[in-house]
Amino acid sequence: MSVTPTTAGPKADADVDAERPRHIERKHTWARALKRDWRLYTFLILPIVFLLFFRYLPMAGNVIAFRRFKPGGSIFGEEWVGFYYFEMFIHNPQFWSVFWNTVILGALTLAICFPLPIVLALMLNELRSRRFKKIVQTISYLPHFMSVVIVVGIVFQLTAVNGTVNQVIGAFGVDPIPFMQLPEWFRTIYVSSEVWQTVGWGTILYLAALTTIDDQLYEAARIDGANRWKQTWHITLPGIRPTMMVLLILNIGSFMAVGFEKVLLLQNPLIYSTADVISTYLYRVGIQSAQFSYGTAIGLFEAIIGLVLVLSANFFSRRAVGASLW
Amino acid sequence: MVTDPLTATPDIAAVRTEGGTVRDGTGYRIFRVVNVSLLGLVCVVTLYPFVNLVAKAFSSEGYIAAGQVNLIPRGFNTTTFTAVMSDPMFWTNYKNTIIYTVLGTIIAMVLTTTYAYALSRPQLKARGFFVGIAVFTMFFGGGLIPNYILVASYLGWRNSIWAIVIPGALSVFNLLVMKSFFENFPVELEEAASIDGLSTYGVFGRIVLPLSKAVLATMTLFYAVSMWNSWFSAFLYLDKKELFPVTVYLRSLIAAATGSQEVTGGAGTDAVQIGANIQSVTMLLTVLPIICFYPFIQRYFVSGVMLGSVKG
Repeated sequence: MSVTPTTAGPKADADVDAERPRHIERKHTWARALKRDWRLYTFLILPIVFLLFFRYLPMAGNVIAFRRFKPGGSIFGEEWVGFYYFEMFIHNPQFWSVFWNTVILGALTLAICFPLPIVLALMLNELRSRRFKKIVQTISYLPHFMSVVIVVGIVFQLTAVNGTVNQVIGAFGVDPIPFMQLPEWFRTIYVSSEVWQTVGWGTILYLAALTTIDDQLYEAARIDGANRWKQTWHITLPGIRPTMMVLLILNIGSFMAVGFEKVLLLQNPLIYSTADVISTYLYRVGIQSAQFSYGTAIGLFEAIIGLVLVLSANFFSRRAVGASLW
Repeated sequence: MVTDPLTATPDIAAVRTEGGTVRDGTGYRIFRVVNVSLLGLVCVVTLYPFVNLVAKAFSSEGYIAAGQVNLIPRGFNTTTFTAVMSDPMFWTNYKNTIIYTVLGTIIAMVLTTTYAYALSRPQLKARGFFVGIAVFTMFFGGGLIPNYILVASYLGWRNSIWAIVIPGALSVFNLLVMKSFFENFPVELEEAASIDGLSTYGVFGRIVLPLSKAVLATMTLFYAVSMWNSWFSAFLYLDKKELFPVTVYLRSLIAAATGSQEVTGGAGTDAVQIGANIQSVTMLLTVLPIICFYPFIQRYFVSGVMLGSVKG
């Protein structure tokens, strides 16, 4: 993904193609291109077959949200039932409970895990010792490479009744808290583990963007008498704004999907009231209880919200600050 | 352009003060001290869970149960290591992880490299369309259940290695990174090669690939780490224990331990603590390859991400 705002994305390429004048001529050039470069086109065969089969076929498989599905029958279902399954979850209070859990958890994650890498990158940028900077970077990138299973294992150990967290609060005379059994603690724990795992790695793109800011700007600002705070505010932050916007759009796009694997591993029935989100709910009803069509309807609903979010974020960002994904 | 940010990042901080007309105020000097301290704290907080893991792995159960193991192992012993490593299922699953990682990485690399190369060539017609159909899958997909139906029912890949290594292949992000790398190849190089009688395959195999070793290594590492760490597709499609990757082995351990914690209401019973000890050892053995390679491969990852960010 390119973070340069003026990226010549797919759209620009398509425009070039659209300039071909007439239908006949187009056909002609296609034949000629295939004849001349057929070897190049063979490179596309495997990836395109893969995409069609493993990405677009399941996408078409979403149609079972509107059709009755029989296990062992057609993967596209048996007969149309319209919005039957959608009405089913819309009238299900449990669905709305997980829906709001998703929104809250997604919003918390976005509000905390999006700005922190910016802050950390700016802090790193102010360091004068290169070696210390390297050390901090090396250490803070490490959690990114851990499997979610490991991260969850670590979370369980740290929050156990005899874990480190309880020892620390015990030192202040607080009784041990069984964190993973109390719904009110789930969001804190989830977001903290996300911060631990993602913030360091998240600085990379910002640090890259920081290097592209012209030093002359700082020099000019110094001559004008701007101090360090003003330089950061008026030069550094605007300089990394395109990167910020692109990452914000991407974050908004994954808003509804909130770390499915991590939540699934962290949750247990005692804390479903806060820890159950749409994706884990749909895993339980869809896969474990084998209500395929019902689960697909929920999944489609979630995916469409995600798509609408990313498209509108992209639209507003392009309008407001001129930075967009495509 | 590939730059290593760890070394190439110019010291803006230094540039900004050298010979500056604005001297550091007291406020800024205080800020620098606070800044360094906070970053030090970030390091400590990031490393602590790993240190704690190592400490627990070498401690005896009694001390862990009493909540006395933090930074340093207490009641030092290696019996848990021996116990975990003598479980044949652990090694079977570890071997599975290696097989899945190697095979999955190869498949993903073949798809990514061929696709990215084709997309990077200006003479490819309908390039925008071919890029678009890949990018669209980043934002909209089939969802869990249609994928499950396709793989488990339609293809019948339940308990099959293919369910683990194929459906997840090809990351669009990696594809775009590679595409922008290949786009930087001068067209003249290929023209010269084709005048010398090399076909597209020859150019690709003899010129492009050998000149792309750095990006190929980076992408391979990206895929390998994510395959090594993945667990969900195995959890979803595999029922036979002897097919599990080590991440699913670990998940079962953790689930068993937390399950007993629920039943006993979280009180520090022996069952839970033995779990904590064994868990630590298993986790340590699972992340060991990554931790060992990490210092050497970290810069490749960083340059890979940067490559994607700075469009050539």
